[in-house]
Order: sequence, then C-alpha cells, then structure tokens
Amino acid sequence: MNCLHLELADAIERFVHDGASVALEGFTHLIPFAAGHEIIRQRKRDLHLIRMTPDLIYDQLIGMGCARQLTFSWGGNPGVGSLHRLRDAVEHGWPRPLELNEHSHAGMAAAFTAGAARLPFGVLRGYIGTDLPAHNPNIRRVACPFSGEELAAVPALNPDVTIVHAQRADHAGNVAIDGIVGAAREAALAAKTLIVTVEEIVDALPPAMNAIVLPHWTVRAVVHCRGGAYPSYAQGHYARDNAFYQRWDTIARDRDTFLAWMDHHVLGTRDHRAFLASLQTEAAA
Amino acid sequence: MSACTRDEWMTVAAARLLGNDSVCFVGIGLPSAACNLARLTHAPEIVLIYESGTIGTRPDVLPLSIGDGELAETAACVVPLPEIFSFYLQAGRVDVGFLGAAQIDRFGNLNSTVIGPYELPSTRLPGAGGAPEIALHARQVFVMARATPRSFVEQLDFRSSAGYLDGHGARTRGGIPGGGPRAVITDFGRLAPHPESEELQLVALFEGISVDEARAAIGWPLLVADRLDTIAPPSAHELDTLRALNARTREAHARPVHIPL
Repeated sequence: MNCLHLELADAIERFVHDGASVALEGFTHLIPFAAGHEIIRQRKRDLHLIRMTPDLIYDQLIGMGCARQLTFSWGGNPGVGSLHRLRDAVEHGWPRPLELNEHSHAGMAAAFTAGAARLPFGVLRGYIGTDLPAHNPNIRRVACPFSGEELAAVPALNPDVTIVHAQRADHAGNVAIDGIVGAAREAALAAKTLIVTVEEIVDALPPAMNAIVLPHWTVRAVVHCRGGAYPSYAQGHYARDNAFYQRWDTIARDRDTFLAWMDHHVLGTRDHRAFLASLQTEAAA
Repeated sequence: MSACTRDEWMTVAAARLLGNDSVCFVGIGLPSAACNLARLTHAPEIVLIYESGTIGTRPDVLPLSIGDGELAETAACVVPLPEIFSFYLQAGRVDVGFLGAAQIDRFGNLNSTVIGPYELPSTRLPGAGGAPEIALHARQVFVMARATPRSFVEQLDFRSSAGYLDGHGARTRGGIPGGGPRAVITDFGRLAPHPESEELQLVALFEGISVDEARAAIGWPLLVADRLDTIAPPSAHELDTLRALNARTREAHARPVHIPL
C-alpha cells in the first residue's frame, strides 16, 4: 500500500474514528501535539488512549472528553507534578469517567514489542511484589515451558491507529528520527494504521545506514507539520518548552481555566500553525 | 562550612554513596541532582542511564523531564526505551537504581500510585512508571525521600514496587533478583535494612541531628542500629558544585523557547 501524503485534518478525519484505540507515542521527545489537537478539534469521542506517559496532550484529550479508557504506565507532568485533568477524571469522573489499564514502563514496552511482532503477548520478569496485577486483569503470570520459571505476561498492544512525530520523511514515506526514540518504533509497527507527522519532507534522507526508523510501506500517511511536537520538542529543530510545561500546572488545575485555554488556543484555531501563532501572540502581549 | 538546606545535604549524602565505577539508573529530581553531583565531584566516570534511553549521559544542566534534549546530546548513546528495560535493566546491567515515592513502609516497599482505594482514590498519583522493574532488577536501590509520618507509614495505600515485602527473606524467596533498598536517604540521615529482619533502621544521622528528631519524622517505631554513623555536612566544594549546577539549571529552564512557527 502506498504511503499517502495528507493534510493533518484529512488524516485524522479519515483514520481516527470514534471508539478507536489510539496511541500517540514519543517519550518526552517528539510528542505529536498537533495530531492530538486536531483530534480534539474534530470532537472525536470514546477513544481508548494508549501511551506510556500520557503527558500534557492526553491531559488535554481527557479533559475535553475524548477518552473512555487509558492504557498507560506513568501519568504525571514530568518534573512538575500532577496531570490535573487526568486526576479529575479518575477522582471525580469529570468530564466523564475514565477506565484505567495501568502498567509499568517495562510492561508497556513488552506489550508494544509483542504488538509490533504480531505475537499475542509480551513476557517479562516483572511486576513481582506489586499490587498492579490485582487491579489490572491484563497482567498475568506464565510459566516458562523450558525452565518452569514464572514470568509476567501482558497482552500485545495493537492500536487501531498509532501517530508519531518525526524530524523528516522522504517523498516515498521513509521516516527518520534523531535523538530519543522511546517506544515510538514499537508502537508504530504495532499499529493497524500508522500516521507520521514530520517537521520536514526531504528529497533524500541523510545517507546514514541506521537513519530510517520506519520504512515507507509500514506508513499509511505522512503529514507535513512543522512544529508538530511543540511544546514537546524535535531534536535539531526546537527545544522542549520547559516553561510551558510548568505553566500548564496552573492552566490545568482549574476546570474553567482549562476550558477557556482549550477554547481559545485549540478549538478557536484552525490548525497547528494558527495554534502556535496564538501562543506567540499571547507571549508578545 | 556555610549553612545548607536539608535538600542540599540529602543530595550530597546520596552522591557520596556513589562510586566512580557505578552504573546508575537515574530518576528526575533529587536523584538526578545527586548522581550528577557525584559525576562532577568524586566520580567523573560514573555511568548515568535515564529511562528515556540515554546511556552515559553528562548533562551540563539538570533535565526537567526524563527525556530533555540535553540528555540525548550529551549521551554516549541513545537506545530505544524497550532496550533500556530489557537489555540493560532486566539483564542485570544496572548497579544502582534510584527511586522516590509518596509513601514508603518499614520494609522499603513503595507507593507512587494512589492515596486511598485504587478504584476511588482521594489522590491519584502519577503511577509507578519504571519503578516496579527498577526495584526488582537493580543490584541495589537507593530511595530518596523527605521524611514525614505521612510519607513513612505503617501501611501503604498501594504497593507500587517491592522493597523487602514482609521482610525476613521474603524478597529473596519470591525470586526477586536485585538486592533491594540498601539505603534510604532522608532529610535527617539514612536508613538501611536490618541484616535479618530487613526492617529499615536508622544507621546514620546528619551531624547535629538527634535520634528523637528522626523518630518523630517516621510513622512507625524506628529502630536504631547498633552502630550509628554521622554524616558530615557538605564540604565547600560539594556545596559550590551543587549550587552552580542548580543555578545553571534554573537559568536554562526559564529561558524562553522559540515557538517553531
């Protein structure tokens, strides 16, 4: 299947359906914020969100009522504190209850890796002595058929749609990433449909033997979206806006402040470029 | 020696426990400060691994998040996250894993998941992240936590990661490979497991701090080891290095970022 080149709104409309399981991966680096915002603009509902570290983008999706379920392993604002919208959903069911499917990082990594290999489950020496299996029936034990050792098993994660952000793709749809990759490659190859947003589309990727992380026939659609990871970052393009991550704590703490911010900067903007412009206007004021 | 804060003293006390040949799995916050202080003072060859996949990183400023660009730019190599957890941590290639938590019990078991019942928590905490497997596989775990009776508790609301379970060898019998929480560094001193019961007991106090102050900060009747060491205040060199690192970090995090329009 040829890789499509689409506008972001078209890609979300075509491939992200209400009720779908969706993974927006990228570990701190290359978080696909633009794609998440477009999902919010299109008022997608009942999504099963999957991400190791929900980060601000899932805080926003959850607070805007897009999600019914969350599969994750660490749900905080890194170095700052809580994700207040995630907390409000879990503690008070606002704006709607959120079903949790909670893992450890190692468990999520094993589940994505199994999903990428189209195996039914991932296996790890993990979760011993924790209460997580008591609250997540998807964490079970399996005996090694050779030694008899008891190991942890987690079902493979195969999202309906995975979206990742990368620095560049070529016209064929080959995708290259520099820097921290997290579990992006595993989540991408585990997906039924893979969408990649990129900082730039180039005629030829840099001639490095290990540069291509995702080859073109694994990618359903490539979207050119400059700044698509902001306020997360794209190594070599722009830095993580740590000050914004700190400001988010105040914005998200209160429901009304949060809704007003989302209304102004996300629902009130046509696309990601307009979103970035609205933040720049605010910063200049 | 100028006056220092308890956080600074804690950080210095943790840094002193690290050797030049240690391979450390580093968490954000105080552990990150302690590990980098060790690297900038007595342990220049220490290997720091952050779970984002950066190995042998030498950041000039402390990262706000576990995956700041600074960590990748100054790393010996950057590998996919599943490799960090399977090929390095699970494979037994980490000497020291640093953990923090909202609650710790007398056997060094940790809670970073919920306060109150899991299904209807009064406080939903971020969750365990990498901790459950760090706690299992690192050769030893160092816990850094400011002590109050609300954080050092008789009974955890949730066990996110394993310390010595119920003590008396339960951890080893449960087939857990790593050595468990060998040191708990707090803002008054250090606790360590009793050799037989594995209950955390007071083994060292900051100079000038009393046993009574330590006991008052702990939510269970704290036992004191037969030998009680004293932790000297930070030296001028340690304190200058740490404060310079923190100052660089504050400046870097406040620097306005160009919005990529």
